[in-house]
Amino acid sequence: MNINVASSTRVKSAARAKLAIADCDLHPAPNGLKELHPYLDERWHRHLEMFGTLRRHGYQQGPAYPKGQPEAMRRDSWPPDGSRPGSRLGFMQWQHLDPNNVELGVLTPISPHPGGFQNAEMSAAFCRAVNDWQKAEWTQKDSRLRASITVPYEHGELAVGEIERRADDPEFVQVFLLSRTAAPIGQRRYWPMFEAAVRANRPVAIHAFGFGGFPITGGGWPSFYLEEMTGHAQCCQSQVTSLVLEGVFERFPTLRVVFIEGGFAWLPSLAWRLDRHWKKLKSETPHLERLPSEYIRDHIWVTTQPMEEPRSAGHLIDVCEWIGWDKILFATDYPHWDFDNPAQCLPPALTEEQRGRIFLENARSFYGMN
Amino acid sequence: MAKHVVAAVEALPPGSRKLVDVDGRPIVIFNVKGEYFALRNRCPHQGGNLYEGKLTGLITSPEPGRYEYSRQGEILRCPWHGWEFDIRTGKSCIDPTRIRVKSYPVDVECGRHLVEGPYVAETVPVTVEAEYVVVDV
Amino acid sequence: MRPPASGAIDCDIHPSVPGLEVLLPYLTDHWRDYVAQTGLHELESVSYPLGAPITARQDWRPRRGKPASTLDQLRSDLLDRWNPKVAICNCLYGVQLLFSEDMAAGIARAINGWIAAEWLDREPRLRASIVVPMQNPELAVEEIEHWAADRRFVQVLLLVMGDLPLGRRYYWPIYAAAARHGLPVGIHAGSSYRHPVTPVGWPSFYTEDYVNQAQAFQTQLTSLIAEGVFNKFPDLRVVLIESGVTWLPAHLWRLSKFWRGLRMEVPWVDRPPDEIVRDQVRLTLQPVDGPPQREQFERLMDHMGSDRLLLFSTDYPHWQFDGDDALPDGLSADLARKILVDNPRETYLRLKETVQ
Repeated sequence: MNINVASSTRVKSAARAKLAIADCDLHPAPNGLKELHPYLDERWHRHLEMFGTLRRHGYQQGPAYPKGQPEAMRRDSWPPDGSRPGSRLGFMQWQHLDPNNVELGVLTPISPHPGGFQNAEMSAAFCRAVNDWQKAEWTQKDSRLRASITVPYEHGELAVGEIERRADDPEFVQVFLLSRTAAPIGQRRYWPMFEAAVRANRPVAIHAFGFGGFPITGGGWPSFYLEEMTGHAQCCQSQVTSLVLEGVFERFPTLRVVFIEGGFAWLPSLAWRLDRHWKKLKSETPHLERLPSEYIRDHIWVTTQPMEEPRSAGHLIDVCEWIGWDKILFATDYPHWDFDNPAQCLPPALTEEQRGRIFLENARSFYGMN
Repeated sequence: MAKHVVAAVEALPPGSRKLVDVDGRPIVIFNVKGEYFALRNRCPHQGGNLYEGKLTGLITSPEPGRYEYSRQGEILRCPWHGWEFDIRTGKSCIDPTRIRVKSYPVDVECGRHLVEGPYVAETVPVTVEAEYVVVDV
Repeated sequence: MRPPASGAIDCDIHPSVPGLEVLLPYLTDHWRDYVAQTGLHELESVSYPLGAPITARQDWRPRRGKPASTLDQLRSDLLDRWNPKVAICNCLYGVQLLFSEDMAAGIARAINGWIAAEWLDREPRLRASIVVPMQNPELAVEEIEHWAADRRFVQVLLLVMGDLPLGRRYYWPIYAAAARHGLPVGIHAGSSYRHPVTPVGWPSFYTEDYVNQAQAFQTQLTSLIAEGVFNKFPDLRVVLIESGVTWLPAHLWRLSKFWRGLRMEVPWVDRPPDEIVRDQVRLTLQPVDGPPQREQFERLMDHMGSDRLLLFSTDYPHWQFDGDDALPDGLSADLARKILVDNPRETYLRLKETVQ
């Protein structure tokens, strides 16, 4: 009954947007894990075929919470040859990078992000492959793009190894992991990774999702995808809390962290809550010298997507004011279904300066590209 | 409002859709089980191309755990965030009174009547014998 | 900050069980003996370590014994000082953490009996929530049915983190019973510790546990809404107790945004989440995790979207404010009155019967 969307003519995008933007959450994906073969030892070709990947959840393929759209992608983002959304640079350029005037596109590969693989060696091998693939197929072919160092984040020394491997390559702009880790991200087991990031002078990007083995609520597993999606914001909040209270920013005073794809409007309330209660309880954490909100102000950035949608746009502007106009990085999350359209999603009442900062200047500054 | 010929009937069989530009407006024409519907090709949320959306039925529920399914193929989900629109009226499922996509009246006219005018058919040649899908924009 | 006006309704105070021995007379012979045989420990949850600063304000800590464990303490610390019309007792003795559902039910019965006899009977300004063994909804319903006729019990008490997300159908018998009896369900900070309090595992610090309660309220509110609890039980009211409050607007913006596109997954959710909350969810005031500046707080109150949401509370004896500063600055007189009196009255309908 319905047309086969994959083979239909894609609707031509609107004329090129006037304002150049940075897209700090761009998802390239190999068209099947076999596309990573050239970057993997043969041992892993066979392993993949035989055992697949183990990622702390139950299905071999697909999630136990079916997505809002197939593969969680915009329905119109399947290239005409039927390959996976995000797998064809040419199509991404045609549909998104060119018409949306993306001057800086930061790649954040999460399908797969091998850092969540239960098998440590496999995690490291595939992270290395994804990083090689980002360079060969993406950043070397389109100078607007920058890569993220995907790391086997649950295995400290292996993560350090991968960071050191890329440290001298300016095409890699950040250390990259997923937010649902096997333990709170501020805990000491993750410190070698932070140390290596700081030595390599890279920020650390924590992107919503992954599987740490725990339910997304502290009261167990929810029934619905709607709940899982909404819960990523709470998960990011727990991770911010962990980073602050563990003293990661005392130990690594130059570390910068960006939370990607968790939304952002939750941040002010969390900072207020941390301040209020930490002040009473601070003898528990004597390693902290400053207010939690100060650590947040100096060390934590957020991307815009999925942008919260209050009934009154003025409320979102209040939140941006409270977070700081310089702390917010624009992202589309292309080609996911909850993509934010840069032509539409920012409140119209923003000043030109605010718009310019969110759209581009903050990212340039954050990634050292002024 | 003017009548615009957008396609010959035989070019728009049941289950198909066509994206046309009428007076600078991108409009999607659907044929659902022999009936024609026309919607502005622009989701009111963030501007997604509704042409790329998938048709579904109307899923309602009298209480949690019970699902009622009707009107198969008459609800269009935006290909981006999945907002649902009634293809007959353009009204959204989440807030029918306040959120809708513009819909246009669609008729089938035979060529003989069309040549009596007035109609607009910039790109579709009209012959007297054939039938045509006509949108009021 | 300013003190609560006389005649306010304090929707969250915590009389403490001084020790298991005070519950013994209220247990059945079987459970009394079993407690002795097993050497059952005190059921104090790590949600409030006894010596932790938040657990009790310094000036409310007696030289001996637990804070808020006698009526004399409660009167001098709170009732006679601020003169509320009514204060609602939420006893946090951790019966919800026991794995034996039957034992939890037996001890819950004793807790409620002790509250009725030694607090409600002796102090007419007090009301209470029914402590239930939420581990087993059937047994929880039995407990509700046992006390419902006593109109001084005005709420059913749950912890915000249990075995399953609170909206799950598993818990619906509790909501049905509460709605049937006109009792709001009070969901209080704390956990039965079946799961780590964060989605990424067990935290290192108590501070971290406490802060994460706000995230738990967010996920559990999502569950209640997504599972259709408010649709299934249109007369049900839910009160989020000691949640922090200021997370609410951003959370609803996000939940609503996703709901608009994922409606077909939960088609019984027939109106936007913020409308559901406005109609059926309330939040107690303390702690209000507010911004440092008054002007920001006023904006935040605007973000909340309704002046019917907040219910006054001191959270006594938890340390959420100093001196008499129970009300934040930046509340208009009208909003203050709603918080102190009108909203609690509208929520706890049983108060109408027994409070002028």
